[in-house]
Amino acid sequence: MRPIRAINAFLVAAVLVSIAASPATLKQDPKNLKGAVRVDGSSTVYLIAEAVAEEFSKVAPGVNVTVGMSGTGGGFKRFGNGETDISNASRCIKQPEIDACKSHKIEFIELPVAFDGLTIVTNKGNTWAKQLTMAQVKKIFASHETAKTWKDVDASWPDDAIKVYSPGTDSGTFDYFKEVTVGKEGKIRADISVSEDDNVIVRAIEGDKNAIGFFGYAYFAENQGKLNAVPVVNPKTGAAVAPSPTTIEDASYAPFSRPLFIYVNKASLAKPAVAAYAAFALDNGAKLAAEVGYIKLPTVIYERAKANLAASKLGTQMLDENGMERMGILADIYK
Amino acid sequence: MHSLGGRAQSTTRTRTPGEIVAAATPTSQVGRRIVDRTFLGVCIAFTALAVLLLVILLVSIWQDGHARLSWQFLSAFASRKTEEAGVRAPLWGSIWVCVICAVAALPIGVGTAIYLEEFSKRSRFRSFIQLNIANLAGVPSIVYGILGLTAFARAFGTANSEDPITFGQPESFFYLQLPFGNGVLAGGLTLMLVVLPIVIVSSQEALRTVPGSLRTAALALGATQWQTTWNITLPASIPMIMTGGILAMSRAIGEAAPILVLGVPLFIRSTPSNLMSDFTVLPLQIYNWSMRQQSGFHELAAAGIIVLLAVLLTLNALAVIIRHRLQRANG
Repeated sequence: MRPIRAINAFLVAAVLVSIAASPATLKQDPKNLKGAVRVDGSSTVYLIAEAVAEEFSKVAPGVNVTVGMSGTGGGFKRFGNGETDISNASRCIKQPEIDACKSHKIEFIELPVAFDGLTIVTNKGNTWAKQLTMAQVKKIFASHETAKTWKDVDASWPDDAIKVYSPGTDSGTFDYFKEVTVGKEGKIRADISVSEDDNVIVRAIEGDKNAIGFFGYAYFAENQGKLNAVPVVNPKTGAAVAPSPTTIEDASYAPFSRPLFIYVNKASLAKPAVAAYAAFALDNGAKLAAEVGYIKLPTVIYERAKANLAASKLGTQMLDENGMERMGILADIYK
Repeated sequence: MHSLGGRAQSTTRTRTPGEIVAAATPTSQVGRRIVDRTFLGVCIAFTALAVLLLVILLVSIWQDGHARLSWQFLSAFASRKTEEAGVRAPLWGSIWVCVICAVAALPIGVGTAIYLEEFSKRSRFRSFIQLNIANLAGVPSIVYGILGLTAFARAFGTANSEDPITFGQPESFFYLQLPFGNGVLAGGLTLMLVVLPIVIVSSQEALRTVPGSLRTAALALGATQWQTTWNITLPASIPMIMTGGILAMSRAIGEAAPILVLGVPLFIRSTPSNLMSDFTVLPLQIYNWSMRQQSGFHELAAAGIIVLLAVLLTLNALAVIIRHRLQRANG
């Protein structure tokens, strides 16, 4: 009987302590949280959101997090209707979307969570393509001005046929590459070898001197010894920059890198579950983003995002007064 | 039937049956045999082709997915790690939505069919309705998804979706809210829109197979129109109505597009507990997995397809059993 009595005494003490605890400390224990968090938006950010939601459900089992994949634009449409608490976005919010939020009296907090970066890769034996301008990238990949041989791209390069490899045409990586290279309406050439499995692309390019392809930076980082990452000439500065966590973070590797965001409805933050989820996303974003194939933000940006979340700093910082997107290093823009 | 018989009579007046056959086929005995055999061969070849394609599909899916099938796969929620992922949420979501769809679509569909076949008089209005139902059966399901989103999920924008009118607590079994949002009720009713034309048309066909003499006999004994329908016509046609209903449910459980339009989440770690609960369905989960880059997710997608097929076959088997029982009960 004695041990049971001891346990009882302990339980009573525990209950007393939890009653005595202030509401603020109760709020911080995720185990007691209840309710729902509705997340929707970009299919690119979905992978991060899914990882965050899965890990969050382990620390806060009472909270029901749902993550949808309506795309960035579709997500903002629902966000502006007040149907979701958090909207994932692979670009910053646009002026018409802000206006839609305003008309429904929805205020939001903008939080960057990770970088998405693309890497153009060639065979280790490719000694000529030391760098590529965007015009050359377009020549190699676009459907209307397709270069058949390397010589078509640059007269001093060998007269050998180019072989192009690409991730699946329905992958987010492909869409992003297409958008940057030929725009939303343009088309990537049809005679490419497509594989859903990045490993297949790595092996194919490894074994073919005249091959070129692309995939997410994080995947290249795992295979660095096997392939060349081609430096891309930044259209704004004119300097050729190779992709690396540093150059992606400081935005000198452009245009194949972009920040990813989540937008939190301010009214939803009153729900402890949503506030805890958003804070959890910023605390674990770096680790989980890297795990699912993206690049973590500089620590200072996570710190600023946390401060902005705590202070409920409203609106976007990515647009200027005229509703145009600000260009430059994320750390300079996002305060 | 009447017109067919009339045509046959009118032709026999001018030609004998032998002459008609002779005019349509080669005259020699051997030639007729060859045509007969060739036709049979072509029919068998086409059937074999259809069966072969189905077998190839099933075998390849089984090969990809059977290794992933386990109790854990059925009982686990979605996960980013392939070895921990399962179909618990979409499986229950599909079942909930399908039951709601059946409960909503069958009474409305059969009721409409009874009105059109047994009660309504031949009129412009009736043929107008008939034409529209036939056309609706061919409308792409995504269109119904948009209708479901506007009508059920958003209630035509009449209510604020951020601050819905609620009845009961969100945790309780009977919790309701207006507008419905993208819960299982909205999903089930949207699928009801998709299958309603099919249910109506197949129920009408079923009612038409009941011989008119049965109805006239009942009416002659003094039964009202309602008594005739309820006691004679409907019981006689129920087995066929059931068949149509189950085919419609099979279609409903395989639909992804209208559910996707509702804005249903893909990642969810709970099963529905009331009509307003968030949900996802098997076709969406399969679609999501098959779009992933890692091959492990493609195996999960194949395993998901096997589960979906198993649910479908179970539904069909249930329908066959119920139909047999009813047929035996009716004599």
